[in-house]
Amino acid sequence: MQINGLNKNFGGVKAIDSFNLQLEKGKIHGLIGPNGAGKTTIFNTITGIYKPDAGEIRFKGKDVTGLKPFQVAQLGVGRTFQNIRLFATLNVMENVLIASNLDITYNMLDSFLRLPKYKKEEKALREKAMELLKIVGLQDLVDAQANSLPYGHQRKLEIARAVALNPSLLLLDEPAAGMNKEESVELVEFIKEIKERFDLTVLMIEHHMDVVAGLCDHVTVLNFGKTIASGRLDEVKNNKMVVEAYLGEEK
Amino acid sequence: MSGYWQEIFVLVGINFIVVLGVSILTGFTKLFSFGNAGFMSIGAYTSAILTTRFNVPFLLAVLAGAILAGLVGYGLGSLTLGLKGDYFLITTLGFGECVRVLFEYIQPVTGGAGGLSGITHYTDFTIVAISVVVAFIFAWTLIHSKYGRNLTAIREQEVAADAVGINTFKNKLLAFVVSAVYAGWAGGLYAHHLTYLEPKIFNLAKSAELTITTVIGGLGSLTGSFLGTCVVTLLPEVFRDLSTYRMLLYGIAVVVIITVKPSGLYGYKEFSITKIIRWFKNLSKRTSGTVEKGA
Repeated sequence: MQINGLNKNFGGVKAIDSFNLQLEKGKIHGLIGPNGAGKTTIFNTITGIYKPDAGEIRFKGKDVTGLKPFQVAQLGVGRTFQNIRLFATLNVMENVLIASNLDITYNMLDSFLRLPKYKKEEKALREKAMELLKIVGLQDLVDAQANSLPYGHQRKLEIARAVALNPSLLLLDEPAAGMNKEESVELVEFIKEIKERFDLTVLMIEHHMDVVAGLCDHVTVLNFGKTIASGRLDEVKNNKMVVEAYLGEEK
Repeated sequence: MSGYWQEIFVLVGINFIVVLGVSILTGFTKLFSFGNAGFMSIGAYTSAILTTRFNVPFLLAVLAGAILAGLVGYGLGSLTLGLKGDYFLITTLGFGECVRVLFEYIQPVTGGAGGLSGITHYTDFTIVAISVVVAFIFAWTLIHSKYGRNLTAIREQEVAADAVGINTFKNKLLAFVVSAVYAGWAGGLYAHHLTYLEPKIFNLAKSAELTITTVIGGLGSLTGSFLGTCVVTLLPEVFRDLSTYRMLLYGIAVVVIITVKPSGLYGYKEFSITKIIRWFKNLSKRTSGTVEKGA
């Protein structure tokens, strides 16, 4: 994925100001910055929830700027949300099955008459979902209602749901939010494993620096919509502007 | 079965078909419509005019009414389903009233406010029974397939549904068109049951009744919708003397249900024999357990 000169304004506020990004295949890229820096806005613009005011987003060589969210998803961009958005009253299995809807080719007549095509595809779908749930460790909770799961499991389920879409790019919006140290260590391993297993490129927003340090090959630091630094975390860490953005100016 | 009970069955059956449509739309997709009586009206008038004026066979006329209602639903939905919840609701409300006023206005075709009479009584027990079975199986298989899953995804979390590649607009349109076809279908049966039509039968109160029935029966449940239809159709029969207060009672029923049991009588689950058997098995286990403890 490549993003060139992306701009997004809300009224007079420049939420994203000439943002550029180049994602390398198979790498984990971090997007960090103080609250209100425009990180989630970038996610929402990439996934088509917001239309950019200027700039271009290319994915797999195709111009995807201004496509609708479901079209971006169909091209292979999976995402999670900052405030978890599961299909709350459905069970764990259903959450994953819904995300696999693109694997299905049967039509309404096949399903009305319960033809072999329907049965075969539904069976395959369930098997695939079960396999995925085994990988994320939720196999014993398939019948549990999604919003009854503990917080960490909800995060995992949301990632599993995004992966069920068969994406090549995964956008994670603060996956470690609200987790303690132990849980975030586990999460780092989990994301690494998922990334390897499904051959994903990952772009993630994260505040926990140990998670960023554990995962990201490359980070971009934002403040007030502007990119203030970009590079490996240890390079960026001592950048004067980054320190100022987080801690304020030195007197 | 005596004539009276057959009559009751026909009424429940017809109402159940419309409510099934509303259930798919409201219970599974969370789109509220106050205009489905309008689709019923389109189906009723289309089929009645076809059988009385053009001698079209009854079943073909009902089919034509259902298809026309579906087409109108497709057109209306294409224009309005991009709107968010409440705004969409207002357009359906406007649509229902427009249809009613239009049918009153085009007197030469519909008989206007004076009504359309002389419709042959074709709707009998058998045809309603077959219709109910077909309508229910279609709704059931639709809900228990990727289509139904996509609809419930929209109900639960529309932004996330979009994020997993579901074309939410197209799926909402599907639900809306199905509800329109069901309403048109039921309308055609209703016209040839009543043998007399006037536009005000299909007014806002009728649309509201359909939505209320779905809510009382339970959102997200087809069998719940059946329960709701029975309650709403049969109670006025049982309490004939109170018929003036019908709307008042509906109002109270809805307020009570929403405060006491917001998901309705049978919300978000389906009636199933196996579940009941399992429940009884567990019960017997539990009771035998207490007996042992007692001994």
